[in-house]
Amino acid sequence: MLNLTLLDGQKFQITIQRLCRQLIENHNDFSNTVLIGIQPRGIFLAKRVAEELRKILPNDTILQGDLDITFYRDDFRRRENPLVPNQTRIDFIIEGKKVVMMDDVLWTGRTIRAAMDAMQAFGRPEKVELLTLVDRRYSRHIPVAADYVGIEVDSIASQRVVVSWKETDGEDKIELLSEVK
Amino acid sequence: MAGLSTRHLLGIKDLTQADIELILQTADTFKAVLNRPIKKVPSLRDVTIANIFFENSTRTRLSFELAEKRLSADVVNFAASSSSVSKGETLIDTVNNILAMKVDMVVMRHPYAGAGIFLSKHVNAQIVNAGDGAHEHPTQALLDAYSIREKYGDVAGKKVVIVGDILHSRVALSNILCLKQLGAEVMVCGPTTLIPKYIGTLGVKVEHNLIKALNWCDVANMLRIQLERQDIKYFPSLREYTMLYGLNKQILDSLDKEIMVMHPGPINRGVEITSDVADSKQSVILDQVENGVAVRMAVLYLLAGQTV
Repeated sequence: MLNLTLLDGQKFQITIQRLCRQLIENHNDFSNTVLIGIQPRGIFLAKRVAEELRKILPNDTILQGDLDITFYRDDFRRRENPLVPNQTRIDFIIEGKKVVMMDDVLWTGRTIRAAMDAMQAFGRPEKVELLTLVDRRYSRHIPVAADYVGIEVDSIASQRVVVSWKETDGEDKIELLSEVK
Repeated sequence: MAGLSTRHLLGIKDLTQADIELILQTADTFKAVLNRPIKKVPSLRDVTIANIFFENSTRTRLSFELAEKRLSADVVNFAASSSSVSKGETLIDTVNNILAMKVDMVVMRHPYAGAGIFLSKHVNAQIVNAGDGAHEHPTQALLDAYSIREKYGDVAGKKVVIVGDILHSRVALSNILCLKQLGAEVMVCGPTTLIPKYIGTLGVKVEHNLIKALNWCDVANMLRIQLERQDIKYFPSLREYTMLYGLNKQILDSLDKEIMVMHPGPINRGVEITSDVADSKQSVILDQVENGVAVRMAVLYLLAGQTV
C-alpha cells in the first residue's frame, strides 16, 4: 500500500479555517443555520467546523447535529456485511432552517443522496448546502456538487482517500492510499 | 462488523450472545426512529413479508405488521381461521403457495412446537418464529431483555424471576435462554405441577414461594396461565392460584426494594396480576409493547440485510 499525504499539520488547520470563513461570508450570524455531520466520518468534520466557528463567533449559537444514513442507503441487501446503524443526534428543528451538510470525502455522491432522504424525517429545510473536506473529482455516480470544498483530488476507483482526525486518530491528516501491484 | 449468524430467527437457542447484542443495539436506533416526527425508513422497500398466524394474536401480529410497515416492506397478512387450511391444505402447501407470489420472508405463529424449524427446512424463504406452541417466542424474549436493559442499563447480573405457568410457556423458555446468554440470574416460580421437572438443567433456580422469589429478584416477569394449552387440571382453582402466585399491590409494597414488573400479555387482570400492579409505575408492560416494535424492526432489518 502506497500512502501519499495530501494535507496535514498547519495546512490542514488553515483549510478548516478557510471553510469556516466561507460559511460566515454566506451565513452571517448562523441564527437560521444548522450544521449536520454525516455519520460516521462526517461528524468529526462537523464538530471541528462548529468548534472553529464558536471561536470566531463567540456570541453566536452554533447548532450541530449528527445524521445517520444507514436506513436510506441504496446498497442495502447488496453487500457482504450488514450495515450497522450509527446514532442520529439532532436535537433541534430543521424545518425552515438553512442546513449545511458535511462529509469528510465526497466521492460517488450516493451518501449525499441518502443523507438528503434521511433529513426529510426531521422537516423541510429552507435550503441545503454541502461542505466537504475532500472532493474526489470526476467520480460521481449521481449529479451532486459541493458548495464548499477543502481540497480537490483526482483519483482512480481503486485508490482510497482517508481523513484522520486529531481527536480520534492522533493527528489531522488526509492521505491517498494506492495499492502497489 | 459481522451480521447475524443465522438466516432465520427460529429460537433464541440459535442465537449467539453477539447476535443478541447486535439485535438490541440495532433496536436502539429503531427506537429513536419511532420517536421522530416521521416514523418510517425505506430500508425494506424491496422486501415482501407474509405474516402467517395459525393461532390468535393481538400484540405480536400488530407489532410485526407495524415493524414491517415502518421499514417500508410490502406486507400480506394471513389468518388460518379464514383460509384454505380449514379445507385441509398442508402447512408446506400453504406456505409454498404464498411464496409463489414472490414473498421473501415469513413471520409465522403456530400452535405446534417446531413448526418454524420444519418450515425452514422445506421452503426457500427466511422464517421468523412469532411463537410455536409451548416451544419458543424469540422476539418476546428479545424485547423483554431490551426492556430490562433500558431500565437498568445492562442485563448482566440482574436477577429475574419468571412466575407462573412455566410448563406451557414459550415466553419462559425463550426468556431463560436469552437472559442466561446476557449474564442474568434467572429463577422460575410457580406450583410444582407447572414447573418442568428438568428445568434446572437450563441453569435456573426453582422457587415455589412467591414472596421469597420476589424478595430475591430485581425483575418479576408474571406469566399468564395458559388454559388453552392445559390438557388436565394443574391446580385446584384459579382462585387458589391467585392467592398463592398472583401479584398484588400489598405484596409489592411489602418488599424492601422497588422491583420491575413485566408481563408478556395478554393480562388476566386479577389472576396473575391485579389492575393496581399492572397500572403502577413499577410496571413496564406498555414499555414492553413499545419496545416490541423497535426490536422486531431490528430483527427484520438484520435478517433482510443478508445478501440477496
